[in-house]
Amino acid sequence: MSRTSAGFAERSIHSLLDAVDYAAQAEKRAESAGLLQAMDARLKLAGVLLVIIAVVTSRALVPIAAVLGGSILLAIGSGIRVRAIATTVWIPALLFTGAIALPSIFLVQHGARSAAFLVLRSVTCATLSAVLVFSTPWPALLKGLRALRVPAIAVTILGMTYRYLFSILDVARDMLESRRSRTVGVLTGAEERRMAAGAAGVLLSRSVLLSREVHFAMLSRGFRGEAFTLENRPILSHDWVYFSGFSVAAAAVLWFGR
Amino acid sequence: MHIPDGYLSPATCVTMYGASAPFWYAALARMKRTLHTQTAPLLAVFSALSFIVMMFNLPLPGGTTGHAVGVATAAIVLGPWGAILSISMALVIQALLFGDGGITAIGANCFNMAIAGALVAYAVYRLISGRAAIGAHRRVIAAGAAGYIAINVSALLAAIEFGLQPMLFHDGMGAPLYAPYPLHIAIPAMMIGHLTIAGLAETVLAAGVVAYLQKADPELLEATAPAATRSCAAPLGVTEPGATWRRTRPLWISLGVLLALTPVGIVAAGSAWGEWSPADFSNQAARRQIARASGSVELPAAVPHGLRRLADVWTSPMPRYSAPFLRSAAFGYLLSAMTGAGLIILAWVFFSWLQRRARDGAGGVP
Repeated sequence: MSRTSAGFAERSIHSLLDAVDYAAQAEKRAESAGLLQAMDARLKLAGVLLVIIAVVTSRALVPIAAVLGGSILLAIGSGIRVRAIATTVWIPALLFTGAIALPSIFLVQHGARSAAFLVLRSVTCATLSAVLVFSTPWPALLKGLRALRVPAIAVTILGMTYRYLFSILDVARDMLESRRSRTVGVLTGAEERRMAAGAAGVLLSRSVLLSREVHFAMLSRGFRGEAFTLENRPILSHDWVYFSGFSVAAAAVLWFGR
Repeated sequence: MHIPDGYLSPATCVTMYGASAPFWYAALARMKRTLHTQTAPLLAVFSALSFIVMMFNLPLPGGTTGHAVGVATAAIVLGPWGAILSISMALVIQALLFGDGGITAIGANCFNMAIAGALVAYAVYRLISGRAAIGAHRRVIAAGAAGYIAINVSALLAAIEFGLQPMLFHDGMGAPLYAPYPLHIAIPAMMIGHLTIAGLAETVLAAGVVAYLQKADPELLEATAPAATRSCAAPLGVTEPGATWRRTRPLWISLGVLLALTPVGIVAAGSAWGEWSPADFSNQAARRQIARASGSVELPAAVPHGLRRLADVWTSPMPRYSAPFLRSAAFGYLLSAMTGAGLIILAWVFFSWLQRRARDGAGGVP
């Protein structure tokens, strides 16, 4: 098989597998025991959002660096390996933001300080988001969104999207692998583009069929267009303690970073 | 183009959430009204699909690869409102679960890619595709253009949001607190990548998917083509007798009118700027006119050596749109126009014949 013929299919399969792997890791860590896993998802989501907003608002570097340190400690306490955060969050964030921030050192007045703000802020927010995702199962996270007054229909669609994401991921991976295994010889760029467009088109047609089947299945189970989410567990006293911790941290960042 | 947390100020983030909210509300209300119970499954599956399509590494002309957002494809299949919701959902999942794009920037990312992208893609697609049949090649071109323009509009919006940050938000020392580059750096930096790689990726995906669906599943293209003529919608390549003439009749009439109007060109005096002949260098009236049109910069006194040498390499049979054997300049103009247009039409007929021959030859090979 030529290098070119393997190109599109192989690269796309890698991207799809990486996504599945990341989601599986997040799910596994979220269901294990730990500091943040014990916290109610609604308050955890609200608390993390408060701290992220405070970090984005801060006009000083030290409070942002303190939040980064705190979120690493929280990750360790929740059984999330720092190495996992480094590979999934820090390296991509540093590569992307670094590429943007580095030239500003030479192009912008006070560029070094500006670059430090950009890098530290984006890495800290990405770490907080990762800590939230790695310690909260997706359905619980969606309940948290519902508590933040996101409409039930939107939360339902998000939940279903997550479920069918893996179903369509499987179809896409199977399709690309079978195509790759049957590809012999050199494919030109135009042929590769046709293959990519064909793959997207097939997925589109299958998705329409899938949505019809899901729709009929929902109707047969009594769905009448109204979306409801299951009752959440009651918020316990220790949840409020955690939330107070997040709130105090956010207030401190806002105060020292004003 | 997924803006991470920390690049935009809280004020910008709030503004962008505020700008996106009415579109989300309107899109959801509209989808619920038209689809009712089908809204949730259709949007869920399409959001999942949008997410996956964003992961495709599309091979681009020139040997590079790129990722597409898939916004034009979604707008063409689902319509603008469905596309707004499905791309927004995919972006929310990317931000919340995969850390691609910031949580505080979800409003901005959705506004740039899902809302502006979908509306622009839909408008461009409808404008260019017009009443063309579902199977028409024009729809493929319309889809490609829709993808290209939509993704570049999205990128421009993101660049403007970036570029406004250093103007509005800096600390006591004057250091930019968020995205550091002003508009004159942010816009070109952002647009170069999108006018080339990302724009091409979106074009390849949108045009390719539409071309594929025209053959495999044309029904999926009908929702956003209410005025499409049905003649070509059925089997591709089968055209109703006389349909080609009816479709192109306005163009032929316009061409005839333009040909008849060509003598009007004589009214315009002088030469077009930069199209001077060696004789103009020694003609005082021509020199004055050229100087007036060139910001009072005089022509050199002598004809440049290169111009003199190359001016006589090729002598046109109809120099300055007039045949030497004709006395009437107006008739010469008309004859030149008819000759030029005729030659172009003949060239296209010849190329079409070659293309048809090549296609028929390829179709015969099993």
